[in-house]
Amino acid sequence: MSDVVSGVAKLPARGALSQPGAAAVARLIGPWLALAVAFAVLPAIVTSGSALTMLSLMGIMIVFALSYNMLLGETGLLSFGHAVYYGLGGFLAVHAMNTIIHDALPVPLPMIPLVGGFSGLLFGIIFGSVSTRRAGTAFAMISLGLGELVASSSLILRGFFGGEEGVSTNRTKLLHVFGLNFGPQIQVYYLIAGWCLLSMIAMYALRRTPFGRMCNAVRENAERAQFVGYNPRTLRFIAFSIAGLFAGIAGGLAAINFELVNASEVGAGQSGLVLFAAYIGGIGSFIGPVIGAVLVTWLEVMLSDVTDVWQLYFGLLFIGIVMFAPNGIAGLLIMHAPLWQARAYGSMLRLALAYLVALGPALVLLAGLILLIEMTYHLSVKATEGTTISVFHVTVEAASAIPWVVAAILIAGGFWLFRMTWPVVGAAWHDAFAQARGAGRAK
Amino acid sequence: MISRFSTMFCAVAATVVAALPAAAQDTVKIAYVDPLSGGGASIGEIGLKTYQYLADWTNAHGGIAGHKLEIAAYDNKLNAQETLVQVQKAIDSGIRYITQGNGSAFAAAIEEFVAKYNERNPGKEVLFFNYAAVDPILTNEKCSYWHFRWDANSDIKMTALTNYMKTRANIKKIYLINQDYSFGQSVRKEARAMLNAKRPDIEIVGDEVHPLLKVTDFSPYIAKIKASGADSVITGNWGQDIALLIKAAADAGLQVDWYTYYAGGTGGPTAIKQANLADRVFSIAEGVPNDPYEPAREFEKAFRAKVGVSLFYPRAVNEIRMFVKAADEAKSVEPTKVAAKLDGMNVTVYNGGEGFMRSDDHQFFQPMYISSFGPISKDQPFEEENTGWGWTEKGKIDTKDTMVSTTCKMNRPS
Amino acid sequence: MLELVTISTLNGVLYGMLLFLMASGLTLIFSMMGVLNFAHASFYMLGAFFGFQISQIVGFWPAFIVAPVLVGGIGALVERYGLRNVHQHGPVAELLFTFGLYFVIEEVVQMIWGKGPVDYRVPASLDFSAFTAFSTNYPAYKMFELLTAIAIFAVLLAVLTRTRVGLIIQASLTHPHMVAMLGHNVPRVFMLVFGVGTGLAAVAGVIAGPALVTQSNMAGLLGPILFVVVVVGGLGSLSGAFLASLLIGLVQTFAVSVNLSVADVLGGIGVAPPAGGPLSDLWNVTVAQIAPIIPYLLLVLILIFRPTGLMGTREH
Repeated sequence: MSDVVSGVAKLPARGALSQPGAAAVARLIGPWLALAVAFAVLPAIVTSGSALTMLSLMGIMIVFALSYNMLLGETGLLSFGHAVYYGLGGFLAVHAMNTIIHDALPVPLPMIPLVGGFSGLLFGIIFGSVSTRRAGTAFAMISLGLGELVASSSLILRGFFGGEEGVSTNRTKLLHVFGLNFGPQIQVYYLIAGWCLLSMIAMYALRRTPFGRMCNAVRENAERAQFVGYNPRTLRFIAFSIAGLFAGIAGGLAAINFELVNASEVGAGQSGLVLFAAYIGGIGSFIGPVIGAVLVTWLEVMLSDVTDVWQLYFGLLFIGIVMFAPNGIAGLLIMHAPLWQARAYGSMLRLALAYLVALGPALVLLAGLILLIEMTYHLSVKATEGTTISVFHVTVEAASAIPWVVAAILIAGGFWLFRMTWPVVGAAWHDAFAQARGAGRAK
Repeated sequence: MISRFSTMFCAVAATVVAALPAAAQDTVKIAYVDPLSGGGASIGEIGLKTYQYLADWTNAHGGIAGHKLEIAAYDNKLNAQETLVQVQKAIDSGIRYITQGNGSAFAAAIEEFVAKYNERNPGKEVLFFNYAAVDPILTNEKCSYWHFRWDANSDIKMTALTNYMKTRANIKKIYLINQDYSFGQSVRKEARAMLNAKRPDIEIVGDEVHPLLKVTDFSPYIAKIKASGADSVITGNWGQDIALLIKAAADAGLQVDWYTYYAGGTGGPTAIKQANLADRVFSIAEGVPNDPYEPAREFEKAFRAKVGVSLFYPRAVNEIRMFVKAADEAKSVEPTKVAAKLDGMNVTVYNGGEGFMRSDDHQFFQPMYISSFGPISKDQPFEEENTGWGWTEKGKIDTKDTMVSTTCKMNRPS
Repeated sequence: MLELVTISTLNGVLYGMLLFLMASGLTLIFSMMGVLNFAHASFYMLGAFFGFQISQIVGFWPAFIVAPVLVGGIGALVERYGLRNVHQHGPVAELLFTFGLYFVIEEVVQMIWGKGPVDYRVPASLDFSAFTAFSTNYPAYKMFELLTAIAIFAVLLAVLTRTRVGLIIQASLTHPHMVAMLGHNVPRVFMLVFGVGTGLAAVAGVIAGPALVTQSNMAGLLGPILFVVVVVGGLGSLSGAFLASLLIGLVQTFAVSVNLSVADVLGGIGVAPPAGGPLSDLWNVTVAQIAPIIPYLLLVLILIFRPTGLMGTREH
C-alpha cells in the first residue's frame, strides 16, 4: 500500500509545460530546432546526384506516413484506402495551379499545399462520415472498397482525373516571390522541407492534446472510452478528417514536385505503400513512420537498380516485421530506451557487442537467401540471358551445382550459427536490464 | 532480427552500387525506362533485350560517332511519378538520351518533363526517343522538339488499316471493341471517321469500350458481337485483353475477321493458335518477319538466335540506326546537334522502303504492312511462340498512303 | 432480346459459379477463424500454376487431385508457423501478415514461372461443345466448372452442418475456450480449416486456369471481387456467399450487355445534359463501362447499411 502511495507521490510532472522555466522551453522546442537545422543543411551534406530528388520524396512520404499513423497508430483504424486523400489532394492542387496560371491570380507556389490540405479535409469529411460508422475489419473493407471506387472512377471522370495521362502543370508559372521561381529542385526541396516540418510539429502537437489521448483510448478500448463520456464514432470521424487533411498536404507537395498527378496516386498501390512505410517504421511511436518513410523511399528508388525482384524483398521484409517486430524498427529501438534512460552505457556496449556477434551469422544466412533467390530468378525467368549472374559483384554460374550447394550451406550454416548466438544475446540483454534496473534503484 | 539485417544489407548493397564511379567518357548511354518488374515486365524486358542487342550490334559496326553505345535500364514500375523519378535519376547520372515505349501516359509524362527540363537547364538538354507509345496527342497537342517518335501513331495505323480495308469488298459490317482509355478511344474515333470517309457503305454495327486490363471474361462481349451480325472486328486491344478476347471468341465459335494492332504481342500468337483462327486475325505493323527482304531476314535470324524471342520492334532498329546516322553526320553526340540532324531525316528503313522523320511534329513515317497469322509455307522461315504458325503479309501500304496531318505547333530552339 | 437475356444469364451463372468456387474457401476461413485472408486469391493462383505444372507432367485429372492437396498443405503450414505466431499481436497484425504473404506469393510465382501467361489448356477429354444455344457454343468445360462448384457447395454444407467435425468447427468459432476445455485440439482445428480453405481456392485455380489466362497477376485481378462476395454474402454464411457470387456474376454480366447510359435514362425523362466539366463525363457514362466497379459499390453500400451482409449472422 505504501508502495502505491509513494509511487503516486513520485509521479513525474505531466510534461514539460507543467514546469516553468527556460530549460522546459528548450526541451520543448530544442528537438524541432535541431530538426529544422538538419533539414536545412542536408543538401550540403548529401551531395550525390539523385540526393535532392530522394530527399524531396522522403519529405513528402514523411508527411503522408505520419498522417496514416494518425489513423492506424493513434486511433487503431486500419485503412487500405488512405491514398484517396493523398491523390485527391494532389489533383485539386494541380487543378488549382492550372487555374491560377490561366487566370494569372496572385497566389505564390508555397500556398498550394494548403489547397491540397483543404481537399484532403473535405474528402476526409465526406468519406469519413460513412466510413467511420464502423471500426475494425468492416472499416478496413469499406476503405478498400472506397479506394477501388475512386480509383475506378478516375477512368470515367476524365475531365477531373485527366485520364491515364493525368493532369500536368508548370510550377514556375505561378507568382514569384523573393525571386524564387521553383524551377530548380533545390528550391522545391526547401519548400517540401518547410511544409514537412510544419506538418510534423502540428501532428506531434495534436498527439499530445486531450483529443489525441482520447483517440488512443478509443484504439485501446472503445467501449470504455464511451463510458468515460466520449463518443468513439465522433472521435474516429475527426481523426479521419484530420488524417485526410495532412494526406492532402502531402499530395499537394507531390503535385508540386512532379508537376503531374495521375490516377495511380489514389490507387491501392499507393495505399499499400504508405501502410507499408508506417508499419515497418513502427506504428506505436511518432518517430516510427518517419523512419519507415525514409527507409521505404530509399529502398523504392534504389532497390530496383540492384535487383529485379525487389518486390519480393519488400514482401519478405514486411512479413518479417509483422512476425518478429510488430512494433517496427522504431519499436526495436525504443525497446532499448530504458537502458538509455538509466544511462547504463557499459551494459549497452556489451549488448551492442552481443548484437555484433549475432550479426555475423545473420549476414551469412541473408547472403545465402539472396543468392538462392537471385539464382532461382535467373534460371527460371531470365534463362535466355545465359546463366551467369552477378551477385554482390561476384560472378556466379547459376546453372552449375556449386553455387546452389554454397547457398544451401550458407543458409543452413548461417541459421544454425545464428540460433547459437541467441542465448548470448539473451544473456547480454538480461544483464543489461538488470544493471539498468539496479542503476535506477540506486538513483 | 532478420528483417533489420536484410534492410541493412539492402542498404549497404544499394550504397555500394550508388557509389560506383560514373562510366567512362567515351560511352554514350541511352536510359531505357520501362517496366522491368511486376505486370508489365514481360514486355519491358523484351524491349530491353532488343535495345541491348542493338547496342552490341552498333558497337560491333563502328560505334556511334566514335563512341560506344550502352543501354542503362530503369524500372518505371508502370507508374507515372516513378517514371519521372527514374528519368531524373538517369539525368543525374549524366545520361542525355531517354527511350521509352510502353504506355502513352508515361510517354506523355516524360515528354513534358523533358520539355520543362530543357527549358530550365539550357546547355544540358536531354532527348526523348519514343519507340512504342502511340497516342497521337504526343505529336499533336503535346508535341515537343525534344521528342521523336518512331512508332506509327494510332492514327497512322488506322489510316493504313482503313486504306487496306477499302480494297476488301467482303467487309460489310464492322464491330469496334476497344479498351476504355485514351488510346482505345482514339482508335474507335478514327476508325469511325476514316471508315465513314473511305467506305461509307460499311455499317458499323457495334462500338464497345471496356475497362483496361480488368475484364477476365469476354463472353458477354462476344455474345454482343455475335448478336450484331458483324463479319469483322477492329480492336486496339493489347496484352491479356486481346488474348482473352480471342479465347472467348474461340470458345463461342465466333467466325469473324479480326483487325488488330497488337495481336502479335506476347501471348497473342499462342491464343490465336489455341483458338484455331487460321488467317482470320490480321495485324498492322511496320514489318513482317517472313517478308522476302534479305537484310531484314538475316537480322531477324541472328536476333532470334541470340535473344530467343521475335523482333517485336523493327522500329527500334530504325531508331538506333538513325541515331547513329545523325551522330555521325553531326560528328557529335551532343543532343542539340543530334536533334537537328534527326529533324527531317530520310532513311531506308529496316524492312526496305523509304521513311522519313517529319520535321513538323517529329513523327516517323514508313511503309506499313497488314499480315495475317496462320500456317506458313516452307519458304517462310519464321514461326511464332512455338506454335508452328507465322505472319504472312497480306497487304503493303506505302509511306505516302500513311500520312496524317498534325496540329503540332512546335517551339524550335533558335 | 431473348437471346441476349438467355446467353447473359448463362454466362452470368457460370461466372458467378467461378466466383463461388473461389469464395467458398475464403468464407470458410473468414467465418471460422475470423481471419481475413488477403492472400486467398494467391492460393487460388498457386492452385492454377501447380495445376498447370503437374498437368504438364501427368495430365489434367491427376493435377486436379494433387494440386489442391499440395496447396492445402502449404496453407496448413502457413497457418501453423506463420499465422499462429502472429495471432498474438492482434487482428491488425494478422491482416497485415496475409497482406505481405500476398506480395511474396505473387513474386515467387513470377520468379518461377515468369510474368507472362502460361499455356494451361483445357484437357482434351473436356474440349468439346456441350450444347448450342442460339448459335453460340457452350463449352463442356464450363459445364464442368458449374457442376464442380455446385458439388463443392453441397459437400461443404453437408460437412459443416451434419458431421461432428463440422460442428466442432462451428463451435470453435464462437467458443474456442469451451471447445478446448472439452478436449478438442482447437489449434489443430484451425490449421485444418485453413488448409481446407486454401485447398478449395486451389481447386478453383486448377479449374479456372485453362478458362482464364493463367498469369501471375491472377490474384490481383480477382482478389478484391472475392472480398466483395464474402462481405456481401455475409460473414459466417456459406449460403450467403453462394447467393452473393450468383448475384455479382449476373449483375456484372448483364451490366456489360446493357448499353444504356445515364444520358439515355435521364435524357429520356427530359433532363438536360450539363455543358461541360466533370459532370458531362458522368452524363455519358454507360452501364457497361461501370460494370466492373459495381461490386465495389455494393460492398460499400452493404457495409454501411447492412454490415452483416445479406445472410450473415454476426457483425465483425
